[in-house]
Amino acid sequence: MEYIQQLFDQFFGTEWGAMLFSLATNMTFIFAIVVPLLLGVAYLTFAERKIIAYMQIRVGPNRVTFFGIPWLRGWGQPIADAVKAIMKEIVIPTNANKFLFILAPVLTIMPALAAWAVVPFSPEVVLADINAGLLYILAMTSMGIYGVIIAGWASNSKYAFLGAMRSAAQVVSYELAMGFALVCVLMMSQSLNLGDIVNGQQGGSMLNWYLIPLFPMFLVYLISGVAETNRAPFDVAEGESEIVAGFHVDYSGMAFTVFFLAEYANIILVATLTSLLFLGGWLPPLDVAPLNMIPGFLWLLFKIAFVLFFFLWFRATFPRYRYDQIMRLGWKIFIPITLIWIVVIGLIMQLPETAKEIFPLNLWF
Amino acid sequence: MNSIKKFFNTFLLIELWKGMMVTGRYFFKPKITVHYPEEKTPQSPRFRGLHALRRYPNGEERCIACKLCEAVCPAMAITIDSEQRDDGTRRTTRYDIDLSKCIFCGFCEESCPVDSIVETRVLEYHGEKRGDLIYTKEMLLAIGDRYEDQIAKDREVDAPYR
Repeated sequence: MEYIQQLFDQFFGTEWGAMLFSLATNMTFIFAIVVPLLLGVAYLTFAERKIIAYMQIRVGPNRVTFFGIPWLRGWGQPIADAVKAIMKEIVIPTNANKFLFILAPVLTIMPALAAWAVVPFSPEVVLADINAGLLYILAMTSMGIYGVIIAGWASNSKYAFLGAMRSAAQVVSYELAMGFALVCVLMMSQSLNLGDIVNGQQGGSMLNWYLIPLFPMFLVYLISGVAETNRAPFDVAEGESEIVAGFHVDYSGMAFTVFFLAEYANIILVATLTSLLFLGGWLPPLDVAPLNMIPGFLWLLFKIAFVLFFFLWFRATFPRYRYDQIMRLGWKIFIPITLIWIVVIGLIMQLPETAKEIFPLNLWF
Repeated sequence: MNSIKKFFNTFLLIELWKGMMVTGRYFFKPKITVHYPEEKTPQSPRFRGLHALRRYPNGEERCIACKLCEAVCPAMAITIDSEQRDDGTRRTTRYDIDLSKCIFCGFCEESCPVDSIVETRVLEYHGEKRGDLIYTKEMLLAIGDRYEDQIAKDREVDAPYR
C-alpha cells in the first residue's frame, strides 16, 4: 500500500499524488463492493427462482451450466439472463418523455448502490465510516422512490402511472414505521454509526443482540423492509395481475434490468441492515471456541443469507395484500406499535442505574 | 380471555407462521417435475400426434381418395386431389395436411374407411420456415412407412374398443 502511495507521489508530485492515491483507493473499494454486490444480485435471482420452485414442488432452472459441468446445472442461468437483457433493444414509447425515461433507472440504481458506502462488513472494513451512517442510509433508500415515480410519469402510460402512485404512497408510509423502528435501535446503541451499533450488541452471546429487547421493532422493520422494496406480499406497485408490471411496464432490455438490479440490491441492503441492526452483524451467536474462530465477515454473510431466505419464503407463501389493507397496516398498526415501543425503551433508559443492573436489563442497557 | 389470545395470535404472527410452515414443508418434499427430454410421460396407444398415410402389406397405398377426411376436418387442414389410375382404381394425386391448421381432433382417422390416414405417437417435429408444416402425400407416406410397426401395434391394442 505505502509503496503504491510512493509511486503516486513520485509520478504526480506530493499534492496531486496524495489526491489521486485517495481517489484510486476509493475507486478500488467501490469496485470491491459493487462487483460482488451485483454478482450477489444475479445469484439472488437464481436463489429466488430455485427456492420458490422448491416450495412449489418444482425444480427451477436446471439447464444452463458452465463448460458442461453437470453439478453446476442451473448456475449459468443468471449469466444467460444478463446476456439476454444486454442484447435486447431498449424500446422508448413514442409519447414518453425521453430524457426522464432514461433518467429513471439511473435514479433508481444510484441510491441503491450508494447506500452501501456506509455498510460495515467487519469491524474495520467500511468504505465511509461516517457518524450519521443510519441517517445516510435512510436518506438514500428514500431517494430510490424518485426513480420509480419518474419512471411511471415518463412512460406516459396508465399502468405505469398507477404503479408509480401506489409505490410512492406505500414507500412513504412504510418509511415512517421503518424510521421509528430505527429510532429504537439508535436509542439503545446511542449512535448512528453502523459499526458502533453492532459493537453495542457485543457481550458474549446472541442474548445481547437487539433482536430480543426490540423484537417487535425487528418484526416491524423486517415487514416494512419487505414493503419498502415492493416485494411480495406488498408488491402492489408491480401487481402483475392488476396493472401488468406497474411502473416498469414500458421498460425493456437493459433499462428494465437496471430497475431489477436496483430492486434486488435494495433487498440485499435491507437484509444487511436487519442483520447489522438486530442480529448482531458480524458477531457470532455465542462467543465460544468453534464459533468465534469463523471470521466476522462470514457471520455477516450468513445472517444476510438467512434474512434473504425469509424474503423469498414470504414471496412463496403469502398472497398479495389489498391496497387499503397495506395502508391500514402501515399507518394504524405499525406506527402506533413503534411509537409505544419508543416510549417503553425511553422509560427503561430512564430507570436508575441500580435497576439497570438487574438480570435481563443488564444485557442491553 | 379470548380477545387476549386473539391479540397475541395477531401480534406474534401465528397464522403467518403456520402458512410459512406449509411452504417450508413443501421445500423438502420430493419434486415431481418430469425432466422432459431425458424423461418422458407415458403415452396412450390412442395418442394423436403427427399424421401418417399407411400402405397395405403389398406396398399399395390404402387411400382411395373418398375425401371423407377432407369433408370431416373441422379445421379444413386437408386438401385432396384425385384421378383414376390406369388399373381403374381411384387414387390421390395430392394429399396435403396443413399441420399449422390441424387441431389434432382425430376425426380424419375416425372417418377413414380403409384406415389409411392415421395419427401416430410422434410429437417431436417442427418447422423452421413458413410452409414447413404443410405435409405432402410423399412425406405422409414416408412417415407411415417409418412407423408402420408402431401404428399397427397401436391399432391392434385399440381394436376391441372400436
